[in-house]
Amino acid sequence: MIHPSQTSKNPTLRALLPGDAGAGSGGDGFRKADLAEIDASCRVPVLFFFLSGLAWLIAGSLLALVASIKLHSPGFLAAWEWLVFSNVRTAHLNTVIYGFASQVSVGVSVWLMCRLCRIPLPAPGLVTVANLFYNLGVTVGVGGILLGDSTAIEWLEMPRYATPILFSSYALIAVWTIVTFRLRAERHLYVSQWYLLAAVLWFPWLYGTAQVMLLLEPVRGVVQAAVNWWFAHNVLGLWFTPIGLASIYYFIPKVIGRPIHSYYLSVLGFWSLALFYNWNGMHHLVGGPLPAWMITISIVASVMMLIPVITVAINHHFTMLGHFGKMRHSPTLRFIVFGAVSYTLASLQGIASALRSVSEVTHFTHHTIAHAHLGMYAFFSMVMFGAMYYILPRITQREWPCNGLISLHFWGVALGIVLYVVPMSLMGFIQGTKLNDPTIRFLDVVQFTLPWLQLRTLAGLLMVAGHVAFVANVGWLLVRMFEPYRKPVVRILTGEAETLAAGK
Amino acid sequence: MTMSYGPLLFLGILLTLASSWVGLVLMPHRQLGSLGQHTDPDTAAIFPAARAGEAQQGAEIYRSLGCVYCHTQQVRPEDYGSDLERGWGRRRTVSRDYIHDRTVMLGTMRTGPDLTNIGERQSDAAWHYRHLYNPQTTSPGSIMPPHAFLFETRAIGPAGRSTNALVLEGAFAPPAGREVVPTRRAVQLVAYLRSLKSSGDLPEAPVKKEEAAR
Repeated sequence: MIHPSQTSKNPTLRALLPGDAGAGSGGDGFRKADLAEIDASCRVPVLFFFLSGLAWLIAGSLLALVASIKLHSPGFLAAWEWLVFSNVRTAHLNTVIYGFASQVSVGVSVWLMCRLCRIPLPAPGLVTVANLFYNLGVTVGVGGILLGDSTAIEWLEMPRYATPILFSSYALIAVWTIVTFRLRAERHLYVSQWYLLAAVLWFPWLYGTAQVMLLLEPVRGVVQAAVNWWFAHNVLGLWFTPIGLASIYYFIPKVIGRPIHSYYLSVLGFWSLALFYNWNGMHHLVGGPLPAWMITISIVASVMMLIPVITVAINHHFTMLGHFGKMRHSPTLRFIVFGAVSYTLASLQGIASALRSVSEVTHFTHHTIAHAHLGMYAFFSMVMFGAMYYILPRITQREWPCNGLISLHFWGVALGIVLYVVPMSLMGFIQGTKLNDPTIRFLDVVQFTLPWLQLRTLAGLLMVAGHVAFVANVGWLLVRMFEPYRKPVVRILTGEAETLAAGK
Repeated sequence: MTMSYGPLLFLGILLTLASSWVGLVLMPHRQLGSLGQHTDPDTAAIFPAARAGEAQQGAEIYRSLGCVYCHTQQVRPEDYGSDLERGWGRRRTVSRDYIHDRTVMLGTMRTGPDLTNIGERQSDAAWHYRHLYNPQTTSPGSIMPPHAFLFETRAIGPAGRSTNALVLEGAFAPPAGREVVPTRRAVQLVAYLRSLKSSGDLPEAPVKKEEAAR
């Protein structure tokens, strides 16, 4: 599969392939575990994270639907205070961010780390305890939000009696990752490991600092807004994005059986992201009551994001080049490539929205909501779905039971998110233009948004249908675990099984 | 290969986040964390004034109900958006405006209008009660959810209609013999909303003279 010509410009072939691609034992004195042994050791802890994540996904999707309906039909479920729009909207955000996306990303990271370090999962108890803390934290936190205890600080709405629980689970995962990293049998580090290590170290720091400075000992005045957006933007930039990119860097070469295009581009992409992303946060405050230097520095850093974004896009694109046809067969590749393309689009949209002239129009509109979903869903969640399609059959040793459900999942969420993001981005832009024209009555702008908001509910229904299909397929897969083991047949969507042999 | 060298990777990871933590968290804290009130040298007026107890409690209701998700409290400068033309403030808002807020709720979304100056734009408490009870009574076509749970519908007592009962007409009126009165939380919330004013002159953000004379 790999031709020397493809790697001549790069230091070594090892640097370009995931660490679990090589032979069973290396010549450097470390015993490298078999992949099947690693997968088996991950079974219980990773399944816990995936299954609880999916339960929160279903809860979060239903909350999203209710919130979406309420925005165009304010009388819907209006009698109950705990279901007031802002509660439901906030419960949705916290459920999908901390319940679904974070838990699935921990599951994926744990599995990736074991595979790339070539050791069976060490300290499984630590991971399981972290999972219990995640679920306890999200349950208490979202419950508190619905009961009116929301802090009203975006992305940090969970009341302060919930956040320390969640913090300790992130801290446990960081400790576990460092332990695994120290015990690694594969000495070479693959690019995915840089991103994973960075994410698990960055996030507890961010989350801990934000909790202390906003919930325990709140700073004064608009410094709160600065800390808020330094934190909230970095949840995306320094937690989800690195884990998403780590997964793309792992699964594309893995599925198509080809090394990463360029080692140097992956180094440049990683360090430029590390340098610039964490300075982006204040672009959420353009025009706001903060000193111009702070906002300007974040706009500059946002534009600098062109470097990591374009670098990563080139690297992924040229790795995929000539292999796009494989997306027809591999569910993993379909979701991952959809996510990778969305990452580029979401980043470019974000960079544009950070500019003063664009922000003047889009800042306080549904354009921002569309952008958030392009990033968190079309990019990140799609990549996580793709990763789960690869990991679940391997840790359960069972193949996906139903092709139809895979297709329903993909087309439901893919069409749903496109139908969400494209019209809402456009609508937000028009909404902002109208808001900036003082001759248009405010209530007329509200009326203008109504049909678009109804369209969003339709898009949401499609996405929920996709989620239900996925969860049904996962449930079916689990039922199969109780059946006697049969040698699995590679599940592909169309064509012959051998097409994907390289990816096994 | 340097990227396989763990300690260097760790160091880079820690230093990059430390840089923005210093730049975007510590520096603003040093610059803005101890801003105080401003005393006008001519009139000896102090701005911004601290909120009275009831309005301060109302801020907690505002937080708890998540008003911030649809309403901003920040006025952008002249020639940047139409915030001033829409009457959302008399001047742009600046850091000093927020020094008394326990939770600073600038907001990022304008599903509803900005509320920086709502106390001046709509000073009538009765309007606010009707609007909260059901926004359609005052603003037909609004998509704000009705907050009827902040009110109590009860039988009219022997002494007749309560003085604080809402004046509701047509489809919004309660059944005969019953009245709608605000709960304590509604009273606190309306006190807070009426306290939101952007009238204070600050050296860094003067209210324009001609504007003030209007």
